[in-house]
Amino acid sequence: MPHPLPSALTHGRRLPNAWDLVAVVCVFAAILAIVQVTPATFQPIDAPNATEVSLDPANLPAYALRTTLRMFAALFASLLFTFTFAPLAAKSRRAGLVMVPILDILQSVPILGFLTFTTAFFMSLFPGRVAGLELAAIFAVFTSQAWNMAFSFYQSLTTLPDDLVEATRAFRLSSWQRFWRLEVPFAMPGLVWNMMLSMSGGWFFVVASEAITLGDKSWKLPGIGSYVAQALEQKDMSAIWYAIGTMFLVILAYDQLLFRPLVAWSAKFRVELTAGATAEDPWVLKLLRRTAALRVLGDAVASVFGAIGRMRLDFSKASKPARAETHTKLGDAVFFVIVALVAGFAVWQIVQYILSHDVGLSDVAQVFGLGLITMLRVIVLIALASLIWVPIGVWIGLRPSLARSIGVVAQFVAAFPANLFFPVFVILIVRFKGSPDIWLTPLMILGTQWYILFNVIAGASAFPGDLLEASRNFRVGGFLWWRRVILPGIFPYFVTGAITASGGSWNAAIVAEVASWGDTKLQAHGLGAYIAQATDEGNFAHVVLGVVVMSMFVLAFNRVLWRPLYAFATRRLTL
Amino acid sequence: MDGNLAIAPLVEVRGCRQSYHKDSSSDLLVLDDVNLTIASGEIVGLLGRSGSGKSTLLRIVSGLLAPTAGEVLWRGAKLQGPAPGVAMVFQSFALFPWLTVQENVELGLEAQGVGRVEREDRAETAIDLIGLGGYESAYPKELSGGMRQRVGLARALVVHPDLLLMDEPFSALDVLTAETLRTDLIDLWMESKLPVKSILMVTHNIEEAVLMCDRILVFSSNPGRVASELVVPFAHPRNRLAPDFRQMVDDIYALMTRRAVKPAATVPTPAAEAGFATPLAPVSTNLLAGLLEALAQPPYDGRADLPALAGSLQLEADELLPMGEALQLLHLADLADGDIHLNDAGKQFALADTDERKVIFATALRAHVPLVAAIRRTLDERWNHRASAVRFRDELEDHMSPDYAEDTLRTAIAWGRYAELFSYDEEAAQFSLEDIDTPA
Repeated sequence: MPHPLPSALTHGRRLPNAWDLVAVVCVFAAILAIVQVTPATFQPIDAPNATEVSLDPANLPAYALRTTLRMFAALFASLLFTFTFAPLAAKSRRAGLVMVPILDILQSVPILGFLTFTTAFFMSLFPGRVAGLELAAIFAVFTSQAWNMAFSFYQSLTTLPDDLVEATRAFRLSSWQRFWRLEVPFAMPGLVWNMMLSMSGGWFFVVASEAITLGDKSWKLPGIGSYVAQALEQKDMSAIWYAIGTMFLVILAYDQLLFRPLVAWSAKFRVELTAGATAEDPWVLKLLRRTAALRVLGDAVASVFGAIGRMRLDFSKASKPARAETHTKLGDAVFFVIVALVAGFAVWQIVQYILSHDVGLSDVAQVFGLGLITMLRVIVLIALASLIWVPIGVWIGLRPSLARSIGVVAQFVAAFPANLFFPVFVILIVRFKGSPDIWLTPLMILGTQWYILFNVIAGASAFPGDLLEASRNFRVGGFLWWRRVILPGIFPYFVTGAITASGGSWNAAIVAEVASWGDTKLQAHGLGAYIAQATDEGNFAHVVLGVVVMSMFVLAFNRVLWRPLYAFATRRLTL
Repeated sequence: MDGNLAIAPLVEVRGCRQSYHKDSSSDLLVLDDVNLTIASGEIVGLLGRSGSGKSTLLRIVSGLLAPTAGEVLWRGAKLQGPAPGVAMVFQSFALFPWLTVQENVELGLEAQGVGRVEREDRAETAIDLIGLGGYESAYPKELSGGMRQRVGLARALVVHPDLLLMDEPFSALDVLTAETLRTDLIDLWMESKLPVKSILMVTHNIEEAVLMCDRILVFSSNPGRVASELVVPFAHPRNRLAPDFRQMVDDIYALMTRRAVKPAATVPTPAAEAGFATPLAPVSTNLLAGLLEALAQPPYDGRADLPALAGSLQLEADELLPMGEALQLLHLADLADGDIHLNDAGKQFALADTDERKVIFATALRAHVPLVAAIRRTLDERWNHRASAVRFRDELEDHMSPDYAEDTLRTAIAWGRYAELFSYDEEAAQFSLEDIDTPA
């Protein structure tokens, strides 16, 4: 890292400088590229090249750009959703009663299974246009991003510091002003962190959702995901490596250009009144802060947001005195009756659908059995990954300088869409004639194991130095050290990582239990393969059944295992 | 004060009562029948122990909280929601960490929709007035505690409030910083540079109240009532060491201990039921033992003047009084007229070794703290010698707010553990007689 210039040299100057040149070139190139790519979205679906991909590597930059734009469109939609859904759930007691569990369930449902339904819906919105397919792909990514962001915002809204809330009321800020002055800033660090997690998950989904199959028809939206799908069909190994290389560059760029600066910037919103050790600004943030032209631009954006935040719009009686909430019994009764009616109607619909599509008890039993197999896989994988990554994570985490550099790398690796690597494994399995039931399994955790690693690293580096010294002083070593000192110390972090990893693995099962290489098709036994197969056959009833059973498995897994573990960890083992 | 009667008061609180709503039993009173009038041109202090409802009253006056009964008149009209002429300074500063000093100060003006030029202008004036010039672009976390509270003051002053409310504004600051800030504020007040008409402040610091206020309302606890109202006759600047000043501080101490004695004296009348639900202030046994030792030794030799004791132990009245009351409750010492003196059990305790102390403490607990006695009795009666804490908490909550119930139960647990009357498993929230030597 170059040493930062003394700010006296750069502060307050508005003349162009060397940074400006770099900045201007970058900005214009980006705008040009976007302008060139977007019109393709509104082509008719059967126009030449609209839904075809060529394996020529020269096309990869354009494909990468389209994939990235889909990601950001979805991220924007997720933000909109977050800013509307979470405040509603947090501010209305009744709405919260229903909306929070809904969010909780949506968070743990295998979204890939729904692709089939949403594609059909969006295609019908724009018949014969690529836009329908685009929206379906974007929606798939949205569904992988929105829930945890909304949940994070909701949690921030329910834990606003009392004194700041009182201050906004005492100074009579309108609810709109309060939203932009208190609620959004307070939620910012958590929200940015969750956006980052969402983006990591999103790459996985955007790659999986570009090649869309609907019954007997299939389309390939130009993008990295379709490129890989095409390469698989044509058994083109070098194309797969090109795709991996491109994706690597894309992730590197978005990580450096967007998220490092965002995370550093969001640290400003932490509610801690001590000037803690602040990490050095990432280079992009420095660029933004140092570059005269960009700073003018930044100030302009800031003042627009400031003006929006200052508007005195008032949607509710924010400045009324707080009274113990008046329980209007009648209102509650009406509300609960409505909820009960809707729930009843939903149950009726589901039963009707399943009955009318000839799904028998034997199907349910079979799907349940497959679910058990997949669950076994998830458990074994998490156990294996923990055995491998916990010692390594501890070793790294206790070495601060190493931890810092590896931590960044681990986050980067976690963002990489693991499904791009699937073909490599498939080729190996085909060549060595391995059993798909065993050797396809590791694919499920390929992308998610990193959460275990970087949470353990974080835990080990946060482990208090005096406790380490004390254990060394009393010559606590070997197995005793692991059992009494470090494992309890990192346990809360480990659980957080393992929850994320196991959730992701369930989802990945849908793409990981089936794989193909040209005409060779590999299929493992499991719930993921069942859903994937039913999707291919266009058998909606089976897809619904599979998705419902998988959701139930995930929910049960969370409630029975992870929640109690997490509660135990926060209650007993937090320092 | 007397000359101001002709002018209409800024605020009038009439028959104000605030209760905490409880489903199962009668409401729990936090404030009972409080009357308060604030005229233009005075500094009024609300002085009382924590839990006496003084902060609640401040929030009622500010319009943040609506009283359960009674009314608040702001310039003769009924108050509904935060009034425009009122601004508040918070104990915790309540600064927005993501806004600079300037932006924090401008917040109240933004809420009023004041234009940018005027906003910046007024903010700068307030910032300069309060001695923050040069810090405009700093973020709160770059400032020391004293500077942060100056920002809090500037933020309140910039809206030119008629009434400035201050909720223990100096209690989060160290002694020196607090003193500087107090004198700066009083100086500005005396020079009529503060754009406010009156100040209402909450404090638990007796000297602070006597130093700053023209009028002091002393609160008693459980429920909060105005126990007495005192006019401070000294002119500013006041001298803490002046005999009159010391005398007034002494008198208020006496007043507060006398008030504290009263509820204890009335305990025996409503039977054991009420005794069970006596709120216990969370005071650690180490502190109690330390206080007993200090009292037994010279220069006190068993009797001490509370303000002097507080001074030499560097404790505030708010910290010392709960300790004295705990000792009184355990019949180890007595409080009267601003004095504390050890009785025989207390002296015995101070001289004893660790094991003997535990025995003395256990005896005192079983005799005088019905809650601890009840827990032990329950454990003795059960075949497995186990009992859930939830049950006791529920019973306590029938008589007090959940916060008080929590504090009381925590204190009972800590005291009972020290006395080895029972063990407690935090994880299971369960009392037991494990590891306790039960006399056969």
